[in-house]
Amino acid sequence: MNRFGYRLSPSSQIDLDVSDNSLFREILAGEPGISTCIACGSCVASCSAGVFDKISFRKALHLLEVGMDTEAVALLEGCMMCGKCTLVCPRGINTRHAIVLIKRKLNKG
Amino acid sequence: MRERIVFAFDPFVIPFTLGMVFIILYLSVGGFKIIAKLSAEEKMKLLKHTFSFAIFKTFRDIIVDCLLHLKIFKRNIRLGYMHASIAFGWFMLIFIGHIEVMLYTPQRLGVLYYPVFFRYFVMKTHETLRGDFFFFLMDLFLLIVLSGVGIAIYKRFRSAIVGMKRTTKLRTGDKIALYSLWLIFPLRLFAESFTAGISGGSFLTITINRVFNTFATNESLIQPVWWAYSLTLGAFLFALPFSRYMHIPTEIFLIWMRNSGIRATSSRDGYAESEIYSCSSCGICIDACPMAVKSENSKFTSVYYLRLMRRRLPGSMNHADKCLMCGRCVEMCPVEIDSCKLKVLKREEEISEKRLRMAYLSEIHTNVNKSDVLYYAGCMTHLTPVIYNSLFKILQKSGTQFSFMDKDGSICCGRPLMLSGDTYSAKELIEKNRQTIINSGAKTLLLSCPICYKVFREEYDLPGIEVVHHTEYINRLLNEGKIAINKSGKSFVFHDPCDLGRGSGIFEQPREILMKAGELRFASEERGKSHCCGGSLGSLSLDKEERNGITKAALATLFENNPDELVTACPLCYKSFKNINGKPTADIAQIVAEQMV
Repeated sequence: MNRFGYRLSPSSQIDLDVSDNSLFREILAGEPGISTCIACGSCVASCSAGVFDKISFRKALHLLEVGMDTEAVALLEGCMMCGKCTLVCPRGINTRHAIVLIKRKLNKG
Repeated sequence: MRERIVFAFDPFVIPFTLGMVFIILYLSVGGFKIIAKLSAEEKMKLLKHTFSFAIFKTFRDIIVDCLLHLKIFKRNIRLGYMHASIAFGWFMLIFIGHIEVMLYTPQRLGVLYYPVFFRYFVMKTHETLRGDFFFFLMDLFLLIVLSGVGIAIYKRFRSAIVGMKRTTKLRTGDKIALYSLWLIFPLRLFAESFTAGISGGSFLTITINRVFNTFATNESLIQPVWWAYSLTLGAFLFALPFSRYMHIPTEIFLIWMRNSGIRATSSRDGYAESEIYSCSSCGICIDACPMAVKSENSKFTSVYYLRLMRRRLPGSMNHADKCLMCGRCVEMCPVEIDSCKLKVLKREEEISEKRLRMAYLSEIHTNVNKSDVLYYAGCMTHLTPVIYNSLFKILQKSGTQFSFMDKDGSICCGRPLMLSGDTYSAKELIEKNRQTIINSGAKTLLLSCPICYKVFREEYDLPGIEVVHHTEYINRLLNEGKIAINKSGKSFVFHDPCDLGRGSGIFEQPREILMKAGELRFASEERGKSHCCGGSLGSLSLDKEERNGITKAALATLFENNPDELVTACPLCYKSFKNINGKPTADIAQIVAEQMV
């Protein structure tokens, strides 16, 4: 039987009914702008720290939204807070504020 | 002068005496608590300062700031007179009151209420020049205080008269204290006038006494007026701790601590506490705050932040996050409260050592070519390469050898992290950059971003390396004749970036350059009073709309004299203005590069 190797990697399917995106909702309450993200990737392209490490606000936001908090935070680790992502965001999202809120949340939780 | 009341007591003194006892106890406990909150090191500093010659400077500062209010005079002469007349006048009334007691009734020295109600308790025996002289002084200072109170009352209804567009909203405690303060001095005047026939008086009290005598027998009114006077004094003293007038005693304390070299290290340590209580709620920071261009945002200005902190109400974090950290309110604050620092400290408390790590730092090895001048663009200038391209043109023309430290990506200077409250991570970045700079062997570190400039000057330990901003450097090249520029027919206005002007004290160099490049026009608010461009990294939560509003307000002040072009010296200001400004916007390096011969 040809299985085409589909079972080689574990399923990354997310069940939105059970995923817990409470952190995302909390950040959303503090920075409502993040809901308008169009995932254009300008933030990643301009990132100062992105030159040195895998940092992606765009992807982190997406992962937070589906409740994958640990993976999301790993993508923000090393952020230098320089604020370039906020300046280039075509949607005018205060990305820097969102990152600050995430950092604070991690400190408390 | 001789005593006329047996035992020197009358029941009307009770309200005042109770108030006075209350306030003395309150202040002693408060002062003790603040000192107890200081660390051992800070206590030592305070002690050392108190027993050194520097204490005389503290006395001088207290007189100049708390009594004469020279700082407010510089801002607006009427506002200054209002404060100085009430503060200095009232102080002199108390001071001369004590001298009178000392001279005429020394046996009553130390009785709390006696100097205040002196004229009730004494009667004239024979006229002496001395007594008349003191009575004259007392009447004179009372008149001065009354004139100040008059302006204060008028100011409540029309604040524009003292140069303030907006003043603070009052709380109940403030209102009680304020209205009693208004009443105290007119009542004192009446009380002293009503007894002037017995105790004697001078031009003010005697005159009023005679006028009243013509249509009313004042004997029966003596008691009620003295009661009213004592009651308002009591009301003021009891309301004092719950009102903004706490700044009167606390400011003395603050000046003493500040001159001892103590600074706030947390948002609520002893020093911070005395700063919070020293806020007089005058509201000068409301007009100063760029956020207040949107009137709903006036509630985020420093005065309201300090008020929230003082009453320990929720929401102070929100206030701290909004602040642009432009320092305009600190510059204008008559009490010199460093509210920006307090807000940064507040942010710091949200971040613990358990934070997002910067693991990659140890793997970065920046190799910089050896040369005397090391240029660091920083994150912001990388977004506006036109600035460093122009600067490089200038450097090449002048024959300066330089190397570009962060050509292949910047490790941030650390200031944005510090502003967000994460000093732990900021220190890691600072150390990494410091090593790179020292290893490069450069003698001059050249920067084009004021945000970087401020932090490199203040937080980096770079022995033997001069940190310069490109405005300073270009001006130096021009003065040394290494480059020359043509004077064009264009007119410019210069926008002082917060971190370059107020933050680092560089005002003249960019102006000297622009005067060589063309005609320099004035902005309505410039130098220390320069308006924030709205782009500041200091604010964490201000959104784009609000920022644009601030940018527009700043542009309005800059284009007051209709210049052709707006020039600034900060990549972030440049970026904020560029898209909103209808006229050309340029960095100072661009202007020089364009007009260079």
